Amino acid sequence: MTLDLKTVKHISKLARISVDEEKANKLAGDLNSIFEFIEKLNELNTENVEPLTSVANTTLRFREDEVQSQNIREKILSNSPDNNEDFFVVPKVVE
Amino acid sequence: MSEITKQSLNELIDNIKNKKLSSLEITKAFVERSEKSKKLNAYVTDNFSQALDNAKKFDEKPNFELKLPGIPIAVKDLFCTEGTRTTAGSKILNNFIPTYESTVTKNMWNEGAILLGKLNCDEFAMGSSNETSFFGNVQNPISENLVPGGSSGGSSSALAANLTPVTIGTDTGGSIRQPASFTGTVGLKPTYGSCSRYGIVAFASSLDQAGPMSTNVKDAALLLEVISSFDKKDSTSIDFKRNKYSSELTNNIKGLKIGIPNEYRVEGMPSEIEDLWKKGIDYAKECGAEIIDISLPHTKYALPTYYIVAPAEASSNLARYDGVKYGFRSEGENLIDMYEKTRSEGFGEEVKRRILIGTYVLSSGYYDAYYLKAQKVRQLIKKDFDDAYKKVDAILTPSTPSSAFKIGEKTNDPVSMYLNDIFTVPVNLAGLPGISIPAGLDKKGFPLGLQIIGKPFDEQSILNIAYSMEEKISYKNNLTDWWI
Repeated sequence: MTLDLKTVKHISKLARISVDEEKANKLAGDLNSIFEFIEKLNELNTENVEPLTSVANTTLRFREDEVQSQNIREKILSNSPDNNEDFFVVPKVVE
Repeated sequence: MSEITKQSLNELIDNIKNKKLSSLEITKAFVERSEKSKKLNAYVTDNFSQALDNAKKFDEKPNFELKLPGIPIAVKDLFCTEGTRTTAGSKILNNFIPTYESTVTKNMWNEGAILLGKLNCDEFAMGSSNETSFFGNVQNPISENLVPGGSSGGSSSALAANLTPVTIGTDTGGSIRQPASFTGTVGLKPTYGSCSRYGIVAFASSLDQAGPMSTNVKDAALLLEVISSFDKKDSTSIDFKRNKYSSELTNNIKGLKIGIPNEYRVEGMPSEIEDLWKKGIDYAKECGAEIIDISLPHTKYALPTYYIVAPAEASSNLARYDGVKYGFRSEGENLIDMYEKTRSEGFGEEVKRRILIGTYVLSSGYYDAYYLKAQKVRQLIKKDFDDAYKKVDAILTPSTPSSAFKIGEKTNDPVSMYLNDIFTVPVNLAGLPGISIPAGLDKKGFPLGLQIIGKPFDEQSILNIAYSMEEKISYKNNLTDWWI
């Protein structure tokens, strides 16, 4: 199969990455060569194979939902790209 | 006593304990050499003045019981370091200052080590040559304009150039072992679940592991002993009885069975790699190991499987970079526009390619054909190893299908870049431990490595085999310091 320009633009939209026409064309070329390589898997019959979700034979552990870090509000907010004191700021979303 | 920066980690520790050297003398030596070595571009962020202060503090109240007493160490810039910028080689994290420390680095500082700086790497650890870093290419100290491998390229370069006595990297598909192979150094990827992933910038969570990089096997054993721990903060961390890797290290490997997988003889592999492999087999025999031919029939499907699984996990993990809570933001007309511009300008080309592959293989209508298929093949690849380990204790292969290449040589062809990891990727897919040790030079005079793959949680056996073979091989980098 081949990825056409429309599909590349669609998945870019899903991934929230803007692409212009030129970039989309280049990406389509790159992605097609990668998918051609990936599609080698189709020659294998995997009908009765269980998918592997984890290499470790363990189940995920539960832990108590306890607060472990305290008073880090300022530190956390200091990494925020928009300068503000109390909140993360985003462009207006409600008209 | 030899020049400080040329000493191994174990030598430095002995000299500190015998009071022949102070932490400050050692730290100064590595800082000075690092400052003279800017041309390598191994560092993204240095911590030199803080490191010198910390060394002074250590010397005032030394604790020689610690495993890394007053030893300065630079680490890959994928480990979150509290209060010190952590970029993952990306523009999108250019100004990110973590409020917490990764568990593996915390383990190192708890044993007395001192942070020397943060080392360059491929953006989000996606690359095999360090050329995808936002902070530029890294030079391989072996020769000018040669890649140091990737993604832990700053780590391998700094280590080989003696800018840090040891270092740590991360390995998702070969990112410790391939750069170690390209720079004539030792790199070990532990069993999945051995080293905590807490505080490591995530790439592909079912594959990522941190591991030691060093100039010799004994140093790798010690550093692994420090960083490997059970950690409740990582839900995939495994609580198993860890060996005392350094004190249990032995060169006696008599009777160990080592498998040679026929499928690792790939088309187009240079004859010198084949020769090196044969030499490695002879060395292993001389060390007393029994050599057994084995088959890993699904080897050729490992890379295609990896290039579905890893991008799929990456596309989920990297969804968090949206320009809201931390990192780079590009202003947009509205929220969606802000997201799209931030991610378009904040990520580099390779990262965007992989996010798009991942988004596609997970998208409605394609999930079964790609992602589910890859998970099934991953099962077959793991089963190959399970079957092989009924007959052998470890597996010996080349680390890479070629030696280091020139900067720029493969940047226009993603697939040829991916082929670098052909021998290392299966190990990640099966969650096994693997170590690369330097084994010789090719015609061009560039280092080549051999990989020893172990059973799950059996790091000790591959360290012992590596230790024993290292003696026979007696490899040493011959540095000209061309960059100084």
